[in-house]
Amino acid sequence: MKRKILGSAVAAAVAFAPAFTQAATTVSDGAVKLGVLTDMSGTYSDLAGPGTVEATKMAVEDFIAKEKPDFKIEVISADHQNKADISANKAREWFDTQKVDTIVDLVTTSTALAVMKVANEKNRISLVSGAGSTPITNEQCNDTTVHWTYDTYSLPVGTAKAVVKQGGKNWYFITADYAFGHSLEKNTSEVVTKSGGKVLGSVRHPFPGSDFSSFLLSAQASGAQVIGLANAGADTINSIKQAKEFGITPKQSLAGLLMFISDVHSLGLEATAGMYLTTGFYWDYNDETRTWSKRYFEKMKRMPTMVQAGNYSSVYHYLKAVKAAGTDEAKAVMAKMREMPVNDFFAKNGKVRADGRMVHDMYLAQVKKPSESKYPWDYYHIREVIKGEDAFIPLAESKCPLVKK
Amino acid sequence: MDIFGIPIQALMGQLLIGLINGSFYAILSLGLAIIFGLLNIINFAHGALYMMGAFCAWIGLNWLGLNYWVALIAVPVVVGAFGMLIERTMLKHLYKLDHLYGLLLTFGLALIIEGLFRYRFGISGESYPVPELLAGGFNLGFMFLPKYRAWVIAVSLVVCFGSWFIIERTKLGSYLRAGTENPQLLQAFGINVPLMITLTYGFGVALAAFAGVLAAPVLQVNPVMGSNLIIVVFAVVVIGGMGSIMGSIVTGLGLGLIEGLTKVFYPEASAVVIFVIMGIVLLLRPAGLFGRER
Repeated sequence: MKRKILGSAVAAAVAFAPAFTQAATTVSDGAVKLGVLTDMSGTYSDLAGPGTVEATKMAVEDFIAKEKPDFKIEVISADHQNKADISANKAREWFDTQKVDTIVDLVTTSTALAVMKVANEKNRISLVSGAGSTPITNEQCNDTTVHWTYDTYSLPVGTAKAVVKQGGKNWYFITADYAFGHSLEKNTSEVVTKSGGKVLGSVRHPFPGSDFSSFLLSAQASGAQVIGLANAGADTINSIKQAKEFGITPKQSLAGLLMFISDVHSLGLEATAGMYLTTGFYWDYNDETRTWSKRYFEKMKRMPTMVQAGNYSSVYHYLKAVKAAGTDEAKAVMAKMREMPVNDFFAKNGKVRADGRMVHDMYLAQVKKPSESKYPWDYYHIREVIKGEDAFIPLAESKCPLVKK
Repeated sequence: MDIFGIPIQALMGQLLIGLINGSFYAILSLGLAIIFGLLNIINFAHGALYMMGAFCAWIGLNWLGLNYWVALIAVPVVVGAFGMLIERTMLKHLYKLDHLYGLLLTFGLALIIEGLFRYRFGISGESYPVPELLAGGFNLGFMFLPKYRAWVIAVSLVVCFGSWFIIERTKLGSYLRAGTENPQLLQAFGINVPLMITLTYGFGVALAAFAGVLAAPVLQVNPVMGSNLIIVVFAVVVIGGMGSIMGSIVTGLGLGLIEGLTKVFYPEASAVVIFVIMGIVLLLRPAGLFGRER
């Protein structure tokens, strides 16, 4: 009996020894495992997809090189096919059998909402970068979700305000007929009206569409100065292309409410010159963004979109929080993520709020004319920096129950 | 003057646009109808081949420096030859089996072709410029009609009715039709039926590629442009009557118009209207509007 007690004491001493020398990180299942759940082959695979997976790997490599963590980090990825049921099932599988600690990216709103709910149930974290609707941190917020890159509130704040200021008072919307399009149209209409503009009407097109000429003709007939495109991806690309064909631009101007640099790249500057857009990141903004983006370019042969850059930033911040918390337990890590400011090439003094929103500056960009573009991917003039506190829903207006009022 | 609260000018504009879209439906469904009528193959790869046509035009312009007009001739020939290769190596083994086998094979091919293009070009695709000669447009008073769209209507009408004429009114066409009715008998007359079938499939595929080249300047050239369209085109063929040449042309144009009208009165339904019509037609006339019961 005596020997047994002694033995246990020695074992305990050995087990706790590191705790006295340095605060070792205790991670569940021997590693911090990140699951990148994204659109690998569908409509959004250029703006997120394989690029997001690469950005996540870069974040992990950089973190290991710089912070020398005492825990292992693993990355796996899967295609969520933009379907809520597929994403929720994958998330469950990852949490239950693959020991995934955190899921990152999630490109469509429906997938994000489905996964963040499952993750919360299992006390795991979701880092949403690709999806855009505001309910993620508003009505449907939870305490294990962080929404990183942009949302439908922040997009029109830059674009719509700027366009109204330039004299584009009368608006007409071409809206994708699903949750995201409706949310974007609603948020933009509010900004337009608040800034002294007027909304003349809107037309809703089936998603996805290919021929937009009928809708463009309705927009033309409305006589509005500005046609707001409350859609995304291929729909936006085709709307812009066909507006030019039908002689709508430059008589009426177009406002792309969600445009990524991948869209501009694929359309070319000829078709997009002069358009305003709001973005959370531009690769050519300063030396820091250029350095990182060129490294990314080496691997992917494309410049990163805001979603891909934002994803890197969110993963790096998360890993720092794990190290600081000394554990990968979700609540403890979330507390650290909220406590520590985000300072990297993507965000300066970014802050994760109680509702899960990562508040950072957004940029109002204007697409360059072909003659102004001096080198590949030289696409934007940054016209204005929108301060974080103006870019996102003020906490006072939040409907998130986690926000104490 | 208004019709149901819509100014007649706006209505005219929308009808014209419907006709333009109908032209694409007509060319594509014509190719499908020819292939089904003569080969009994439900060619699910049609959309992918249409997409291939558009991409080949883009590749021709950007990699080889071939302009639009060259592409309009060369691309259907190249893609048509690719189609014949498919027919010779794969499809010919399936003629004696149920339609389903052909459908599954071509569906698989469509996924492979699409996947390859997606892998190489990404999902956002590439932009193809409108040829200089057809840039700009006419002001019709009620709308601005881009010259290119006017060209699309004209050339597709010529191609569609040309094909109809060849098949229904010439000697060559009579061989083709005879080949579908009774290939053994036709072979007995000394006609090389297998070669004729290969060429027919090649022609159907070439039509798809031709539509792809026509579409390249108006739509973003991307790997899923075919799969977005193919389901609608199948509905057109079913409504027109599987295998009916004239049926596919007339229905293609007609449904383009109906879709155009729906976009005016209730845009949210414009993606479904064709399928509603398909449902009704199948209930009332299972062989389609122009099809014959077999």
